[in-house]
Amino acid sequence: MSQDSRVRVRIRVNGDVHEHEVEPRLLLVQYLRDVLGLTGTHVGCDTSHCGACTVLLDGEAVKSCTVLAVQADGGEVTTIEGLAQHGRLHPLQEAFWEHHGLQCGYCTPGMIMSALDLLNRHPDPDEETIRRGLEGNLCRCTGYQNIVRAVQAAAARMRAAEAAAAAGGGDD
Amino acid sequence: MALPIEPRPAQPGRVLGRVVRRKEDPRLITGTGSYVDDLRLPGMLHMAVVRSPHAHARITGIDTGRARSMPGVRAVITGEEVKDLCGPMPVGWSLQGLKAPVKYPLALDRVRHVGEAVAVVVAESPAAAADGAEAVQVGYEPLPAVTDPEAAMQDGSPLVWDDVPNNIAARFPLSGGDIEDAFRKADRVVKLRLVNQRLVPVPMEPRGVVAQAHPISGELTLWSSTQIPHILHALLPGLLNVPETRVRIVAPDVGGGFGCKLNLYAEEILAGALSLKLGRPVKWIERRSEHFMATIHGRDQINHVEAAVSGDGRILGIRARIIADIGAYHQLLTPAIPTFTPFMMSGVYAIPALDVEVIEVFTNKTPTDAYRGAGRPEATYLLERLVDTVARELGLDPVEVRRRNFIKADQFPYNTVSGLTYDSGDYEGALNKLLEKIDYEGFRRQQQEARQQGRLLGIGFSTYVEICGLAPSRIWGALGAGIGGWESATVRISPAGRVTVVTGTSPHGQGHQTSWSQIVAETLGVNYEDVEVLHGDTAVAPHGLDTYGSRSAAVGGTAVYMASVKLREKARRIAAHVLEATVDDVEFQVVDGQGRFHVKGAPQRHVTLAQVAAAAFTAHNLPDDVEPGMEATVFYDPTNFTYPFGAHACIVEVDPEDGRVKILRYVAVDDCGNVINPQLVEGQVHGGLAQGIAQALYEGVVYDEQGQLLTASLTDYAVPTAADLPSFETDRTVTPSPTNPLGVKGVGEAGTIGSTPCVVNAVIDALAHLGVRHIDMPLRPSRVWAAIQQAKASGGGQPA
Repeated sequence: MSQDSRVRVRIRVNGDVHEHEVEPRLLLVQYLRDVLGLTGTHVGCDTSHCGACTVLLDGEAVKSCTVLAVQADGGEVTTIEGLAQHGRLHPLQEAFWEHHGLQCGYCTPGMIMSALDLLNRHPDPDEETIRRGLEGNLCRCTGYQNIVRAVQAAAARMRAAEAAAAAGGGDD
Repeated sequence: MALPIEPRPAQPGRVLGRVVRRKEDPRLITGTGSYVDDLRLPGMLHMAVVRSPHAHARITGIDTGRARSMPGVRAVITGEEVKDLCGPMPVGWSLQGLKAPVKYPLALDRVRHVGEAVAVVVAESPAAAADGAEAVQVGYEPLPAVTDPEAAMQDGSPLVWDDVPNNIAARFPLSGGDIEDAFRKADRVVKLRLVNQRLVPVPMEPRGVVAQAHPISGELTLWSSTQIPHILHALLPGLLNVPETRVRIVAPDVGGGFGCKLNLYAEEILAGALSLKLGRPVKWIERRSEHFMATIHGRDQINHVEAAVSGDGRILGIRARIIADIGAYHQLLTPAIPTFTPFMMSGVYAIPALDVEVIEVFTNKTPTDAYRGAGRPEATYLLERLVDTVARELGLDPVEVRRRNFIKADQFPYNTVSGLTYDSGDYEGALNKLLEKIDYEGFRRQQQEARQQGRLLGIGFSTYVEICGLAPSRIWGALGAGIGGWESATVRISPAGRVTVVTGTSPHGQGHQTSWSQIVAETLGVNYEDVEVLHGDTAVAPHGLDTYGSRSAAVGGTAVYMASVKLREKARRIAAHVLEATVDDVEFQVVDGQGRFHVKGAPQRHVTLAQVAAAAFTAHNLPDDVEPGMEATVFYDPTNFTYPFGAHACIVEVDPEDGRVKILRYVAVDDCGNVINPQLVEGQVHGGLAQGIAQALYEGVVYDEQGQLLTASLTDYAVPTAADLPSFETDRTVTPSPTNPLGVKGVGEAGTIGSTPCVVNAVIDALAHLGVRHIDMPLRPSRVWAAIQQAKASGGGQPA
């Protein structure tokens, strides 16, 4: 691939704007991992099945192995590295830790990002909704049960935080 | 960014047997873990592998010219050069009469399965390496392939290896008791033919390796996504002709293994060899499609079983012929795995006679090796399907038949007919607890009512025992292992009183940093947060035998415990000296979460462990016969295996219209002895159940008759999603192991071993009144539907 065919992209990742010349064939996941060094987003398959590479693009979960970096041009990406805010873990991260929602941890970043997308759409999901909502993310260690528990616990915490914020309370 | 990593408010020093937050998780939930693919080294090259598209073919020529001239390509290696770079792949297990053809990391003149490595290309980027690999032209002359192991054993079958007649790699007989007598006395002989299908392990992190050879000194550091850094350290230096003292193996964060990373693979050898040759780091990351064809597969047995049975359902003896399809050649432990099956074939039952022959057969498929359970799930599947079939043929209740055959709680230690000594157990206790959780009689009524409405409900049981805590070295050696079975641990206390643990186990999701910290915190009276656990790096943890076979808690955890006790004893001697008392008069006690030594009867005369540690380092005032420093190392070699067990029940509904199976309840009562951390134990059970259920219902490798792999991606191979699995109901009984001072047994594989037959038994129970006797796994809707139709057509059913 010659340098001439490179394309300039401008992508906001976890709040910071990045500009690079990239090959048109470069996948978003490769951009995140290899260009930006954000290795928290993992690759687990070649066929967009495993979901380990899930990130948020403009607020929606995408499998970053199925998106070209050039397609994300002008967009806003959130990866697992951008989830903790002000030195504080996101409720989903807390809940995965508390409820043993991970073992080897390889699927975890993608799983958490998918769960975040799910909770954005369904703030109070039942077990069935969580299981269906996470169908695009494979985990081989946990049997999913503690992931379901973690997502339920995080949902409760996020709703409580929202209610407190709406009532004019402090953060969280 | 500093994250608040708050300790869970566990009572300090009281952490053994309790839930604590895992130490591994802060990095893993924030995307700051370090898996092999996350490593980036200056000057790093990337390796891509050219693989065979044929199941069996002669290589007529390889043209690497175009690949070598491509931009960024730095080296292309084929079978012609491989012998100059490294030795052949080792087989880590011996059996009498084993045929172990010489296999190099690259095919020399013939390929024997789809995906076998033929050449490698090393280039400046992964894309350049992949482009280079595509440009390698390999000429093949296809040969007839053999994919059915029973056909492979016939005279005239194509040969995978020309000098292995009938493709038989080994025959392994195992018998005990008087089998002829058993069949003479039998009121009935129950026969089954079972296929335990081939599976792919699919850890979510594929394999990967980075090798970095120092261009001047030749020192080699190799990071691998492996379960066995120490065993690699024992094997790789010899293959690469480098002194082992100049080789360091690191298993960084490893994204699951399930047995498939208990191996030495061609790519690890080649990356090491090429880094040494080129003087630059070489990285190879497995693509998922490569995982399906070039990482070991699991299971793949055909079992011909017959049982001699008395009229009241007692199993008097089992005769079995196990045909194990081991694929095209031996990986590290390929010959061993099928031989574990007969050892566990009497299971939880007092079966007086056994006569088994295992036949290991080469075929043109990916080699098999250890996959979660490794030979034991096959034994349990065979036995639990057999017990259910016995019950059905005799018109007895499957629970009652299990009870009649159980080894009783007062019979331990129990010597099995296969030559093992079960350490402890209470099989009936686990079953009773299980029955308390399911309303069995109520279910049977419900099942009858459902049948009236045309609904198909079924219940399945599985009572299992497995063998863990590998292994007493002497027994391991006698069985054929090329290594021992001990484990090592070093525990050291810093002058400030904090503890570092160095373990020879190599976790890949199990959470040893957490559980070993719990053992040490409890034993030494230090804060859980003040213990660091180091593992998976042969430069840091020089002695170890790694993690597989549910060995780590029973062997590695025990080593950690014993090193802690050894260190505590040294501290006691120093404490006695400081307190001017005799050693026998000084006691260790944990007060307010702090370990301290005091004079018997005078608790005010005390020193803390931290004070003793400081004294040991200043060494200003030590007893004459005590060395400075606070460090202890233990090599622990167990005297026996451990034998966890359990009782599972599964309730299913089968849709008569489309054959779909839905699990309505899955209840597991497991007994893994004493528990270090209940949350981690439950997590292991959950994951094990998921994989066992997946074998029963979803997963299976499919080759066509020409040996083409039809299930070569996650599109075609059904790893279950969250929506495919139920919520499990889990509970435990606790029967400590007398084999080790912690009383632990191991739990990594229990769920997998117990669950597969449980699910199949449930489905058959749902369909038995229609005349369905057995369906081979996976019980996909099409197979279940076909079995229902076939049974209906042959009118084999009984009235509901």
